[in-house]
Amino acid sequence: MKIAVFVKHVPDVAEADLEVAADGRTLKGAGLPFEMNEWDRFALEEAVLIKDEVGGDLTAFLIGDEAAEESLRRCLAVGADRAVRLWDEALSGANPFEIAAAMRGAVGDDNYDLILCGAQSSDYGYGMGGPLLAEALGINSVALVNKMKVEGSKVLVTRELEGGWGEEVEVNLPAVISIQTGINEPRYVSILGIKKARKKPIDVLDGAGVDLSSEGGKLVVESLQAPPLGEGAEFLEGSPEEVAERCLALLKEAGGVL
Amino acid sequence: MSFNLTSEQIDIQKAAREFARGEFTKWAREADEKEYCPEVLYKQAAELGFQGIFFPEEYGGAGLGYLEFCLVIEEFWRVDPGIGQSLGSVVFGSDLLLTFGSEEQKKKYLPPITEGEAIMAAAITEADAGSDVTAVATRAVLDGDEWVINGTKMFITNGNLADYIILYCLTDPDNPSRHQRHSCIMVETDRPGFSANKIHGKMGIRASDTAELSLTDLRVPKENLIGERGEGFAQFMAFFNRTRLHIAAQGIGVAQGALDMATRHVKNRVQFGRPLAALQAVQFKIAEMATKVEASRSLLYRAASLADQGIFDHKLIAMAKWTAGETGVRVTDEALQLHGGYGYLAEYDIERFYRDAKIVELYEGTKEVEKQVIARVILGKA
Repeated sequence: MKIAVFVKHVPDVAEADLEVAADGRTLKGAGLPFEMNEWDRFALEEAVLIKDEVGGDLTAFLIGDEAAEESLRRCLAVGADRAVRLWDEALSGANPFEIAAAMRGAVGDDNYDLILCGAQSSDYGYGMGGPLLAEALGINSVALVNKMKVEGSKVLVTRELEGGWGEEVEVNLPAVISIQTGINEPRYVSILGIKKARKKPIDVLDGAGVDLSSEGGKLVVESLQAPPLGEGAEFLEGSPEEVAERCLALLKEAGGVL
Repeated sequence: MSFNLTSEQIDIQKAAREFARGEFTKWAREADEKEYCPEVLYKQAAELGFQGIFFPEEYGGAGLGYLEFCLVIEEFWRVDPGIGQSLGSVVFGSDLLLTFGSEEQKKKYLPPITEGEAIMAAAITEADAGSDVTAVATRAVLDGDEWVINGTKMFITNGNLADYIILYCLTDPDNPSRHQRHSCIMVETDRPGFSANKIHGKMGIRASDTAELSLTDLRVPKENLIGERGEGFAQFMAFFNRTRLHIAAQGIGVAQGALDMATRHVKNRVQFGRPLAALQAVQFKIAEMATKVEASRSLLYRAASLADQGIFDHKLIAMAKWTAGETGVRVTDEALQLHGGYGYLAEYDIERFYRDAKIVELYEGTKEVEKQVIARVILGKA
């Protein structure tokens, strides 16, 4: 089976505070620590598990500059066979339609049976990459998948719905599946994996060849703002036990939750 | 001279950070309280390839260098010094075996460590022989084809856990040079005459095992001698040039971990209507701490990268170890101070880091010994 996984290199929000850049429309990236998008870790793990189970080869894709290659090396270290990175400066600050066009461009004429990606990214969080790529390729798509199993030319998946509900879907391959967190337990990178990754190829594609002309206007970000501080916010202080007790009391008081 | 880590080194650093953050944090407090390191962590660390990073591949290692090992130790200690020391010390003594052991000894003792099947240790210190290693009195006498060993050892890391221990023994008491009276002998701990007693109540790195050893008519084959007889002192001096790199990485790790906590705390803690981080006195403290950490790190990376080129600069390594120890102690102290009263409570990790840091100024040569080493290189034997 030919498997592909798309990953994104995003600011590590656990380590650093995000700030809006001077243009007022994008996030400031300089100086921030970056890491692989959390959702993509689960997609990558699922891809490796499927490859181990049904056999085949796994290609990892990334739309990003050279610094983002770190996330591709992670893919190679945990089991991808090769990696492809596509970039062009024109993609800097691109909207999801443009990114999907770039993803489509990176896949090229290779026919993958199964393409996995994270359900969304932790920076902009559009959640559109997977479905738009499927649309561009003219293949099936299921989003927010929290359980999946490949059976022959089909894949059985469970889609996450509101309120803890799930929907079971049977999809014919080829398909793009967007993976929700929690579907598996992403493995740690091993030292041996890192050493093996060094010998695997990372192909770099020039994104200048991707036609973005019809995509740019589909979604234009006017401005980006941090959420305003809420009125009447109260900081609870004290030991964890005291804070928990106070929390409980407040929720009961507010009603409807407990 | 390049000061950039290679992409592979960055990947190793991140792998260690992720593993430590993902797993150590589940156990850190309990490990400190109950003075043990969970077996599952030893197993995971070996499976992920963290044991034997600097062993050549033919002995099951990763074939990398001291710098890579230091990066791992730093990340481990940054998350939890006690567990970091437990997992980092699994290979303790292997440097000596790699440098002076026979091919046969290396093939026998090194691969099980990388597979998570064995733990190693090295035992020098005795109740009356600490910084003065020439005073070691544990006696090894050759009786036919066997060494017969009698004596006691103190403060031995992994004493209760180790499968084999390199023992620093007095073999030639009559040699006119006190630097040629000792030898290193490998002792398997399942031999009759070996016993270990756990030392309880350490101030810090409590997850790490420490023991008192007692050796009574313990017999090992004469082939267990490492290198040449009477060369023990010289061997251990070379050994310290390697292990002090590991220890310096510990000091930097504990300091960085404390700095991380302090930074988070001062950004979140509001006093007088502003976060602590808005106060200049606090800003200066953070700046000083961060600078100390970076300065120590630069010294260590330089010493370690030279070591990986085969240059063991005795003076530079001692400087790196002393500075890192001091940085660990000072930065954890300042970080606790910034936490105010909260820092004095066990439920805040900084309390543990403060206790953990001190050991770096004590073991593998006290800071006074390090300074003596440095001065001797500069001034000669005045």
